[in-house]
Amino acid sequence: MKVAIVGIGHSKFGRRDDATVQELSWESFKEAMLDSDLRQKDIDATVIGSSPEYHKQRSIPGVIAEYLGMNSQPTYLTEAACGSGSAAIRTAYSLIKAGLHDVVAVVGIQKMLELSTPEILALMGRVGDVQWESGFGITFPGYYALFARRHMHNYGTTEEQLAKVAVKAHHYGAMNPKAMFQKEITLEKALGSRPVASPLKLFDCCANADGSACVILAKEDLARKITDTPVWIEGIASASAPISVIRREYVDRIPSAIIAAKEAYKQAGVGPDDIDVADVHDCFTIAEIMAYENLGFCEIGEGGKLIDEEQTYIGGKIPVNVDGGLKAKGHPVGATGVSMTTEIVKQLRGDAGKRQVDGAEIGLTHNVGGIGQYCFVQILKR
Amino acid sequence: MMFEKFGKISYVPNSKVAKFVEYLEEGKLTGTKCRKCGTLYVPPKADCVECLDDDMEWVELSGDCTLHTYTTIHASPAGFEDIAPYTLLVVDVKEGGRVMTWAEGIPEDELEIGMDLKLRVKTLDDGKLVYVAEKP
Ligand SMILES: [Zn+2]
Repeated sequence: MKVAIVGIGHSKFGRRDDATVQELSWESFKEAMLDSDLRQKDIDATVIGSSPEYHKQRSIPGVIAEYLGMNSQPTYLTEAACGSGSAAIRTAYSLIKAGLHDVVAVVGIQKMLELSTPEILALMGRVGDVQWESGFGITFPGYYALFARRHMHNYGTTEEQLAKVAVKAHHYGAMNPKAMFQKEITLEKALGSRPVASPLKLFDCCANADGSACVILAKEDLARKITDTPVWIEGIASASAPISVIRREYVDRIPSAIIAAKEAYKQAGVGPDDIDVADVHDCFTIAEIMAYENLGFCEIGEGGKLIDEEQTYIGGKIPVNVDGGLKAKGHPVGATGVSMTTEIVKQLRGDAGKRQVDGAEIGLTHNVGGIGQYCFVQILKR
Repeated sequence: MMFEKFGKISYVPNSKVAKFVEYLEEGKLTGTKCRKCGTLYVPPKADCVECLDDDMEWVELSGDCTLHTYTTIHASPAGFEDIAPYTLLVVDVKEGGRVMTWAEGIPEDELEIGMDLKLRVKTLDDGKLVYVAEKP
């Protein structure tokens, strides 16, 4: 029995002071309901993907399920930091595969900007292993800066190549009405931005954002009844790695991504060359370069060359993040993985408008939690 | 609550390896070694994941290490504003394992991945204990 995505929805990402967590969830849920022409009574459960520490409201599935009109069906939270959205999709998939439910809605949601700056700065200091690393003042960009520095040393990757990833993200973000930033940037602007954690600069980093995204999953026979354009989940793998960079063998790659990708390709019976379009976790520009390599779009160390040659633009070997990526869309932690899946579904349906990859049949999402302690890779087919 | 003396900001009040901090007070840098299977843990762990034993001995480290990677933090988290920008290092410890630490008296442009460094214990103004890496 296969599982398909039969409905998608996406809120506007950005500073969303105007809405509560549950109101923001409604925006994507409603879109997904209209998209699938389902109603609450047709959905057996909701799974919420979110990172709880950003919200004033504790245990958010309660307020979300109530607001969505999804009582008395089951609901609960799946957490895997920035990978929470994909973790929730994997949980929903498992619920259907196990025969517990037939149709499950996944809502990825995050309000990151309701915290004060001091609260954000305090959270920033606790992103890694708080016992051995945080006491030295390492930050989230700091970790990726450590990866970037080592990647540059090992493979000659340059700051200019990193900046080119940001330029691409903003190029496509400008075509995405749901993106936080919808303006193109120049290479000079990216390279001239202020340092955050050397060698990473402001334009190498994605921005915290508020937003939600929703997908509705259904088992095979129902999916065919619900829609003429089901998108099938053919691979849905996950892996973990030490959270402590000091306990990892390599710091120039995300080991969990390599393992999850291999498993997802195996599940789907395809390889990296078969992927027509991908959405990868570009929380930092170096993360996208490593994703090219870790997903097998190029050899380890050749990610810089891939962006130099513009192979990850539409028309290139493998278009990546043609929705703007985390960099231009904004990164509402729990919503990000679900947002990726909605974009790939759009691409495979041929509904992506100006940023459509012609004839896309197989797509991939790559959603990294934290600094790679969690990773999720999906392969979707139309 | 011995462990809270470790780090500029400490998030961990205590740990089964709090003796690590007592050794820091004596100026010693240590790891743990499993008496049963010999696995070395740097930083120390109380439990051996290899053989499930918890009979660990403390091993003093020479402080000799090489630079694995580094960054200078400009946008600092809460509690580190007064020292920003500061340079963080990940170093390969000679005896095995890696630690995160600060560069002491080495400007970022003099850092080179693979260079030899030496770890030593440092007491901060408020009495907190850390280790830093300097040129040998
Ligand atoms: Zn052992």
